Amino acid sequence: MTGLVVHRIGPIASLQDLGRPGFLKQGLSCGGAADRQALAEGAALLAQDARLAALEMAGTGGEFEALGDMRIALSGAPMHAMIDGTPVAWNASHGLQAGQRLTIGAARTGVYGYLHLGGGIAAAEFLGSRSAHLLAGIGGMIQVGDWLTAGADQGGAAGLVLEVADRFRGGTVRVVPSVQTDLFAGDVLQRFQDTGFTRGPRANRMGIEMLSDGDGFTASGQLNILSEMIVPGDIQMTGDGAPYVLLPECQTTGGYPRIATVIPCDLAIVAQTPAGAPIRFEFVTLEQALTAQAQHEARLAGLKNACRSLIRDVADIGDLLSYQLVDGAISAHWDKEDDT
Amino acid sequence: MAPMTPKSEPAATFPVIRNIGLDGMLVTFSDMLGEPSNRAALAFHAALERAGWDQIGETSTSLASAFVRFDPLHLSHADLRARLTELLHARDWYRADLPPGRRLWRVPCVYGTDLAPQLAEAADAAGMSEAQAIDCLGAARVRVLAIGFAPGQPYLGPLGPEWNLPRLKALQQVPAGALVQAISQFVLFTAPAPTGWRHVGQTGFRCFRPDQPVPIPLTPGDELVFEPVSRADLIRIQDRDETGAGGATSQGIDQ
Repeated sequence: MTGLVVHRIGPIASLQDLGRPGFLKQGLSCGGAADRQALAEGAALLAQDARLAALEMAGTGGEFEALGDMRIALSGAPMHAMIDGTPVAWNASHGLQAGQRLTIGAARTGVYGYLHLGGGIAAAEFLGSRSAHLLAGIGGMIQVGDWLTAGADQGGAAGLVLEVADRFRGGTVRVVPSVQTDLFAGDVLQRFQDTGFTRGPRANRMGIEMLSDGDGFTASGQLNILSEMIVPGDIQMTGDGAPYVLLPECQTTGGYPRIATVIPCDLAIVAQTPAGAPIRFEFVTLEQALTAQAQHEARLAGLKNACRSLIRDVADIGDLLSYQLVDGAISAHWDKEDDT
Repeated sequence: MAPMTPKSEPAATFPVIRNIGLDGMLVTFSDMLGEPSNRAALAFHAALERAGWDQIGETSTSLASAFVRFDPLHLSHADLRARLTELLHARDWYRADLPPGRRLWRVPCVYGTDLAPQLAEAADAAGMSEAQAIDCLGAARVRVLAIGFAPGQPYLGPLGPEWNLPRLKALQQVPAGALVQAISQFVLFTAPAPTGWRHVGQTGFRCFRPDQPVPIPLTPGDELVFEPVSRADLIRIQDRDETGAGGATSQGIDQ
């Protein structure tokens, strides 16, 4: 048995996997990791199943001590990470020896960072998932003194790194029309597309508020809409016309009108947009959205092959200049991503 | 085919099939709540589950729609729409039988008192005395029209037109197990929440029981009667309640 004991932890850290689909008709949304791509990246770095649970850390990480030798990987929002005080790369896997301390600090950008253990984090499943679902009261926040027990690690390399495109600063996300888009007048839809939003302070695993100057975005008959199914990515207009983008832990049905739906492959960008960062919504056709989603899923399927060896963590090398650097051992991208 | 004629949104004729997000499709039977459209949604959903099509992730229902989540990279929108259209045309879903396996629940409920302080106001709005309201609500056999918002939380109805009361503008905090009323429906709250519906009854029924073998006891199509009990009786029930049933009993509904 190995794992990590938690000595220090940020306020919003919970176990997450791909969630528990299949209970919508009973009012329980899928939930699971806010950034599913990060789960796939961590799994690729450890050459293991993307359905295993990882620790999701919002904004900041914590301090952890290895109970035994183990492998870990770090993915999602890049955070300052150190092993026994030595900076280590993000989007990478590392070996930890018994007694070593892993510290994970604040996110440099983005919101949700992920700590993966070789073999996944073992915890009791509820309805087929280890995800905490805070809205439903399933599971809870990780606390100081908790153990993150590792599952059976199939073994494999540590010291791998992935090049990851930056999805941690907001930007333009693609949306498709949804069932209530027609309730919004054409000029409102146009203004919605033309508006530069910023991520507001009201945000959690259920949804994220979008702020903008000027009028809100209201639908006709807004107060008389029959409560209807919600899907993750729906952009819901609350009473004052301020949009909320709903994430996987959202409620299952709702009566507020939804102007559009963020396509699944772009939802991680919304989840990872830090407070105050810009975000725009662009309507695309169904065909464009399907092409983008297919490309995204192909990229995820290819992640395992995209992992490359760190050779040695540069940060471990005391006198970097005395080494003959092997071509490709340090990618330019890695250098930019991780300015430790 | 569609006997429910929607009175608003003249652009749409029902039933209508629409995309919801990139990987969902929604079959909507009305834009207003009514017994036939809810019946249609429940029956159509049951037929979808029986059909067991490949590439379907999951299905669900709302008050007047059936929902399908699917894998659009392996089942095209056009193909799914064609299948749903064919199934829609297979029969008059507004007159279909409700799905089998439904249960009737009898749930002890305190109406009024400090536990449910808005009964008097609701009775007044419905044009009856508190005693009449308790008789009326306590005898109503309501259907789980849909489960949503929170795990296991039922929307129940329809109640008679005298209970078609608007939601309140000011929100009140209600506890778990609260029976609240508006727009000819009840909602039985899963967890403490603010609501604009009137808090007319209080039960010990937990809609979501993560520590129990059956964590979500209710299913859309089930029926409930909220039987009046005294405040003292409910407190006694809750004191010895270990499962979250709140003294409720259930039996199968014969078809």
